[in-house]
Amino acid sequence: MANGNQKTGYCQTIQAKLDGCEHYQKFDAYKQKILALSNDSLEKTIAIALALCFVCAVLVSLAAVALRPLQIENKAMDMKKNILEVAGLLKEDTDIHQAFAQQIEAKLVDMATGEYVEGQDVEAYDQRKAAKDSAQSDAIAKDKDIASIKSKAKIAKIYLVKKGDTIQSIILPMHGYGLWSTMYGFLALDADGQTVQSINFYDQAETPGLGGEVVNPNWRALWQGKKVYKDGKVSLALIKGVVDTNKAGAEYQVDGLAGATLTSTGVTNLVKYWMSVEGFAPYLEKVRTTTDEGES
Amino acid sequence: MNETKKVLTSPLVENNPITLQVLGVCSALAVTSQMSTSLIMTVALTAVTACSSAAISSIRNHIPSSIRIIVQMTIIASLVIIVDQVLKAFAYDISKQLSVFVGLIITNCIVMGRAEAYAMKNPPLASFIDGIGNGLGYGLILVIVAFFRELLGSGKLLGIEIFPLVKDGGWYDPNGLMLLPPSAFFIIACIIWVFRQWKPEQNETADFKILSISHGEGGHH
Repeated sequence: MANGNQKTGYCQTIQAKLDGCEHYQKFDAYKQKILALSNDSLEKTIAIALALCFVCAVLVSLAAVALRPLQIENKAMDMKKNILEVAGLLKEDTDIHQAFAQQIEAKLVDMATGEYVEGQDVEAYDQRKAAKDSAQSDAIAKDKDIASIKSKAKIAKIYLVKKGDTIQSIILPMHGYGLWSTMYGFLALDADGQTVQSINFYDQAETPGLGGEVVNPNWRALWQGKKVYKDGKVSLALIKGVVDTNKAGAEYQVDGLAGATLTSTGVTNLVKYWMSVEGFAPYLEKVRTTTDEGES
Repeated sequence: MNETKKVLTSPLVENNPITLQVLGVCSALAVTSQMSTSLIMTVALTAVTACSSAAISSIRNHIPSSIRIIVQMTIIASLVIIVDQVLKAFAYDISKQLSVFVGLIITNCIVMGRAEAYAMKNPPLASFIDGIGNGLGYGLILVIVAFFRELLGSGKLLGIEIFPLVKDGGWYDPNGLMLLPPSAFFIIACIIWVFRQWKPEQNETADFKILSISHGEGGHH
């Protein structure tokens, strides 16, 4: 009860202060005048429209600004979760931040030369943003753009899982167009830059149950142990139906998605693009030679 | 009190926004391939309809009639953006699944229909309750449709396996049509049929009567 009184007391002080203010008195008088006008008068129409826009704009901006930190946190968390997942390091009770910090190393790679880029803030670099910025990306010629992505960032952000100094897995970002949407995902390779460990897609909007099965763990498990390059060319592709494991070349083939021909073609194309000379082939070449030198 | 209850419950069956008013069918096709997205969509739409109806109703006496639709749209759009932001902050996975559909609540005919038909003429509290009632009526149909689509299309309910699928070594061969939006047409049609059998007063009277030949005017001249 006492609390309630205090509150009304407080409101009264504010009200009294406002009443004392000259500008508020003017505002209040104008408000009364507007409200008393006929609804169809021009002045009231304009005043109501402006007032409404002002109130709505304040509400929307408040929500956007107040919730931004949480949203950024969610996005970063989701990305880390996906990277741990494709590296095979995600278990149910994993502390995502800790596991990521301890086991994953992010690196920037120059797409043209395949060299690591040093001296740039890895944490802050956003490859998806860079791909849309003409200063940080290259347009892709139409005949080479098999993944239908129009432009690619000059610098890619990749992730390495290391044990001591030896690389356990190389996690490469890929994206390309499916049936309805651009599919964003990661491909994890062995240190030989040839054998697939796993694949996942963290952002796609293909038909649920058909093309959307690119996220199905059973289908994704089929990728494990597949090979990417055959005689220096990207051969890994999705085929129609089920792969016959006894046939020659089965290690370059993955089951297509039933009922989703266009999504399957999209996945084949985006793997082909990102593993080619246009994509990560120069980088993988560098990784292979440095590991060989290290061993010899 | 009785009046309030009626405002809340009549949109469930008697005056259901989807089956009787035939509003909001577009999103009923789009988000019903899974139960979880349908449920979240219901909550989001109910919140938007209730709040926008209350807000519009509270200023209804001062809305100039020449810009009333724009005023309604502005209020609805602002609320939808707020709902979208809240989902992104507190239910990130689900907001990823719903993606564009939350934004499309703005164009959902139910929200606007209730604003124009009810909130412009009734006090804020009643409009708020009317919004909740219509949101729930919409959600009821969504959940029924999603129940059949998810069960028959992927053998699951709320992501939990009910029928083991052939491709995972089970016995159920899923119906691919159920995963595509058009299948919702069939299910909604069945629901309308059941509702109208149950409540015959929902049947519309025919616009015109078909004449039989013997009574027709076009005889031989």
